[in-house]
Order: sequence, then C-alpha cells, then structure tokens
Amino acid sequence: MSGGRELILARIRAAVTGAPDVEVTRAYRTTRDLPGAVELFAERVADYRAAVRVVAEEETAATITTALAGRGAVRVVVPAGLPPEWTPPEPVADDPPLSAAELDAVDGVITGCAVAIAETGTIVLDAGPGQGRRALTLVPDYHLCVVRADQIVADVPDAVGRLDPARPLTWISGPSATSDIELNRVEGVHGPRVLEVIVVR
Amino acid sequence: MSGNAAFLGMPAFPRNAAAAVQDSQLRFNLRKATRTIRGRRASVVAELPDWAELRAAGRQIKDHTLRNLDRYLLQLEEAVTAAGGHVHWAADAAEANRIVTGLVRATGETSVVKVKSMATQEIGLNEALGRAGVTAYETDLAELIVQLGDDWPSHILVPAIHRNRSEIREIFRAKMAAWGRPAPGELTDDPRALAEAARLHLRERFLSTKVAISGANFMIAETGTLVVLESEGNGRMCLTLPETLISVVGIEKLLPTWRDLEVFLQLLPRSSTGERMNPYTSTWTGAVEGQEFHLVLLDNGRTRVLADEVGRQALRCIRCSACLNVCPVYERAGGHAYGSVYPGPIGAILTPQLRGMASELDASLPYASSLCGACFDACPVAIDIPEVLVHLRGKVRHPRAERLGMRAAGWVFDRPARLAGAQRLAGRLRRFVPGRLPGPLAAWTDTRDLPDIPAESFRDWWNRTNGGTR
Ligand code: SF4
Repeated sequence: MSGGRELILARIRAAVTGAPDVEVTRAYRTTRDLPGAVELFAERVADYRAAVRVVAEEETAATITTALAGRGAVRVVVPAGLPPEWTPPEPVADDPPLSAAELDAVDGVITGCAVAIAETGTIVLDAGPGQGRRALTLVPDYHLCVVRADQIVADVPDAVGRLDPARPLTWISGPSATSDIELNRVEGVHGPRVLEVIVVR
Repeated sequence: MSGNAAFLGMPAFPRNAAAAVQDSQLRFNLRKATRTIRGRRASVVAELPDWAELRAAGRQIKDHTLRNLDRYLLQLEEAVTAAGGHVHWAADAAEANRIVTGLVRATGETSVVKVKSMATQEIGLNEALGRAGVTAYETDLAELIVQLGDDWPSHILVPAIHRNRSEIREIFRAKMAAWGRPAPGELTDDPRALAEAARLHLRERFLSTKVAISGANFMIAETGTLVVLESEGNGRMCLTLPETLISVVGIEKLLPTWRDLEVFLQLLPRSSTGERMNPYTSTWTGAVEGQEFHLVLLDNGRTRVLADEVGRQALRCIRCSACLNVCPVYERAGGHAYGSVYPGPIGAILTPQLRGMASELDASLPYASSLCGACFDACPVAIDIPEVLVHLRGKVRHPRAERLGMRAAGWVFDRPARLAGAQRLAGRLRRFVPGRLPGPLAAWTDTRDLPDIPAESFRDWWNRTNGGTR
C-alpha cells in the first residue's frame, strides 16, 4: 500500500479529534404493508413510459407471445433459469456467453427479476436465475421483464432489506433516458430503448 | 475540457458572473432548466410524508460517518479486498492521477471510457491520461457535448445546460468525426436525433473498450459495495462491459451500512432529477463477473474540510444539485462563473475549502450568494450553506471593500425587518467605498426576496458598476 493510506488516516484522525459523535435516528417509514401494491407498481412503471400489462398466471405465456410479436422480436435472449412456460419458441441462450456484438444483434431479452418496488416503479435484477449477467439486459434494445406479484414490495426500505449486496444489482426504473438537451426527455440512449413489464398476479 | 489549469487561472466570481449575465441564451437555458427541475422536485418530495425524517437521518448518517471516517474507510478496504477488488489511497490529485495512469498503462490499453465523475474532473484526470498517451472518452451525453465542444461543465446534473439544441448539433457535426464515428449527414436539431447520434457514436466504443473509469455516488463500508445512479445507461455500459474497472471516489462518499442506502436512494433521485427513482442504479461488490476492479480513494483537500468545525458539513453533500436549482445567483450567473467543477451554492462553500482560498477566485466564492437560505431548505442532507458562507467570509483576508460589504451583510442579516431597505443600503454604502463596490453585496441585496426577483435589477447593477469593478 502507498504512503497515501497512512497520511490520509492520520489527517482524518487529526481533523475529527474532539468532535462529538452523532446518533442516527430512523424515524422515517421503514418496512410496511401496502394494500394495492400491484396496482401502484403498474401505475408507477407506466409513469416512466414503459408498457405494463397486469395478467393472471395462466395468461402469462400468451401475453409474452403477444408482447414479443408486437415488437417483432424473434431472436430473444433467455437467461438460464427462466421458467420454461415463459420461454419463447426460438430462445437464444447465453451459453457459451454471448459477446457484446452478438448481444447487440439480437431482437431483445426476456427476464424475471429479484424484487420490484411499488412506490417508485422500480425493478431490481440481481443476476440470479432467470435474469442472467448484467450485459444481457443492457446491450439488447428491448427488455421484457416478468414480475410476480409476490416480488413487489411497498418501498425502497423493503427492497434494500430483501436484497443481497454481494450480488451485482441493477435497479431499473423505466427505459434509459436523457434530459441533457434543453431538458427535453428522450427515452433510450444506451440502455434498452424499450422496456415492457408483465405483472403476474 | 480544458481542465483544472484553466479553472485555476479564472478571474474572480463577480467578473465571471458579469460576463454570464450578458449571455441571454445562457440565462434563458438556465432559467428554463432550473425552474423545470424545481417544480418536479417539489412534487415528488411532497409525495413522501416522512421527507423531514429521511432528511434528518441522511444528515445524521453522514455526520456519524465523517466522525468515524478512518474506521469506516478501513472497514471498506477490508470488504472490497475480500471481494477480490484492489484498494488504492490518493492523498492528492497528483497521486490519484499517477495511480490511475499506472493502472491503465498496466493493461496496455491507450483508451478508456468514462462515466461522468466530478472527482475525476476535480483532479484533471483526462488531461493527466492525455499526457500519458491515453485518450479518455466521456460517455454521458452532456459530458460528450462538453468534451466535443472543448468546454467546461456548468451544472452538476446537466453539465451542458448552457448549450441549446442548435449549438449541440453544430458541435456534433463539427467535432464527432475527429473523436470516432461522425455525426449522420442529415442531423437535425431534434433532441431525439441528437440523442440517436450520440448513441451511435458511442456504441462501438462501449462494445470494444477494455478499460473504464467511473466515480461512485456511495460506498458501503460494511459490505464493500459501490453504488452508481444514472439515467442514460452509459454508466451500466462502463461498469459492465470492460475487462478492467477503475473507480475514483472521494473519501466522503462512504456510508456505514447497506441499510443506509434505504435513506439515500429516496433522498437523492427526488432531490436531483425530481424523479421517484432514476432510470438505472448499479451496485457491485469487489470484482464481479470476471472483471478486474480497482478503487482509488481520494482525499485531495477533503481532510482539510473535515478539520473545519463549521465547514465540514459540506462533506455531507451527495451532489444532487438541488441547491443550484433554487439559487437566484446561480440562475443568473451560470455554472462557469464559479470556476470549478462544483458550481452553485455547494461550489461556493466546497471549492474554497478544498483548494484553500489562496486564489482571488476562491476568496471571492464565499461572496457568491445572497444568503437567502433557499439552498439550505432544498438540501436533502441539511447542509447550512449560508452558515458556512458566513463562516468562510470570516476566514478570507479581505480587501477593505469586502470587509465593509460583509459588515453590511451582517447588519441586514441580523435584522430581517430591514431587508426591504437592503437595496438602498447598497446605494448608501457606495459612498463609503469610493472606487469599488463589492460585487457580492449587490447580489446579496438584490436577491433576498426569492423567488420573484426582478431579473433586470441584477443586470442593471452589473451594467452600472461594470461587473462590480467600478
Ligand atoms: S449541498 Fe445539498 S443540495 Fe447542494 S448538491 Fe449537495 S446535497 Fe444537494
């Protein structure tokens, strides 16, 4: 290690000597139950201009087919561990791992998720089964995500409590966007330009 | 970007601001931008009934971390190392640049992709890499505009806020080819077309570059996790695709526990872009998915700030830019007037402390405010910016005029009832200070009544006094 380490630590200790410590009070809302979380989640995702469909379990496969057909997506990446009933007829497996260029050439990707947040309309992926490594949901231009109702939590504290920081996490709230040009919102810069969500009750 | 050297040589705030207020395009863009974000922020903050409690917790967590920064940094180092990452410590900009340059050289690569990072702008990393023969490509749309335009960022969140669409089109047309894929021949100034041009320009680079450099919004001591919030997906590209990732992060970006994110992931997006959540947040711990990961912990003046009992609260800052968007002085003067990568009210207290107030510019920054207090109200970690400004004013060696101005400021500040007479006070004071009226006093007297300040009077003042020099 460099001399920088000891120098910085010594400077810090000299700087804070005698300063009082501060106690943290967490008087904000932590975990909570939220009736109507599914509806709120769908509404908040739609606020980000992502297409949302709320369906019954038995409608899931047909809805996936409709969604993919609607985008003309035929070559769709399917991460390991995706439920078979969600898998389209011509899946592109990530095994052996697809190169970035190959990912750039597919029509889209379909995944599940780890957790979803109602208040903020957020989907969190943790690279677990049915989600795959991070590049799979980044390079293709179209991401279809299937969220089960029991994965939807009320708010950010509930999600943080459920997630494992040792896994690489991607929190997704709507499609990629920029407001850098005169504050006009433009969807889709580098991430998938189209995000669609299917919520399974 | 012309980098630090240019920033350091910049004239003092009042003269920069005088030039900026003459630029009507800049003023129009700034006003539109700050008002839009301000409105959005207000509505998403109002949605949370526990905003005050979140804000209090945010302040306390940051203060507690700063008090125990040595312990938490060591804990972070251990956790990152255990997860396969490498931790480096940089006491100043030169050391940080040396470390990063060495790491890039060791990969044998001559180009890197970068995701917007104020810390690397602060240390002039791109220039240092350039001297070592390494080209750093900015990938944030606004940073790309700034880089191609050989310009400086002017806003924390929207660095190219000073450029309008036709200027951006011209920059893309004239400069993209020299940096990689040229702009499409028929490029219009439609924001969609411009974003598409940026997407195509950067796409090949993302898919082929082997080294990325990032900053981070937060680091978690307990777990060794780094957190980056963004909108466009260029951050995800940089964090995910390259074989080597180097993150340069200020030592104050630490949070003790994973759980603390539940506070900051509510405070930051709502305060920053005025969204319930930003489009993408990435978190990673150590080396993941086969990547090589280096964390460079940066001091570069932060411990100096930490040593100041009043000033240290500036280290709570989570760079949301809410204070810029409510600041009447920023709205008129623009980000460049602050002569630093940290513009606006936070820049006025952070830059002079980080750099030590030796230059004329830095000494003038604590005066770049009307002390109206809007920044304090907007700040999600409750940094009392006016308090720090007043404190820093007391530490500058003042020419006589500044001393008088400050005394007058204090006089009015103590007696809110006299605020209405502030404008007249400035006029009267002029007689006592023949030759030079301190610019800050005018800004101060002129903008106390936020938010409906007659825009003309500030400008009139600059015209009348030739930007505070008469
Ligand atoms: S000082 Fe407060 S309001 Fe300003 S950028 Fe920092 S955290 Fe945001």
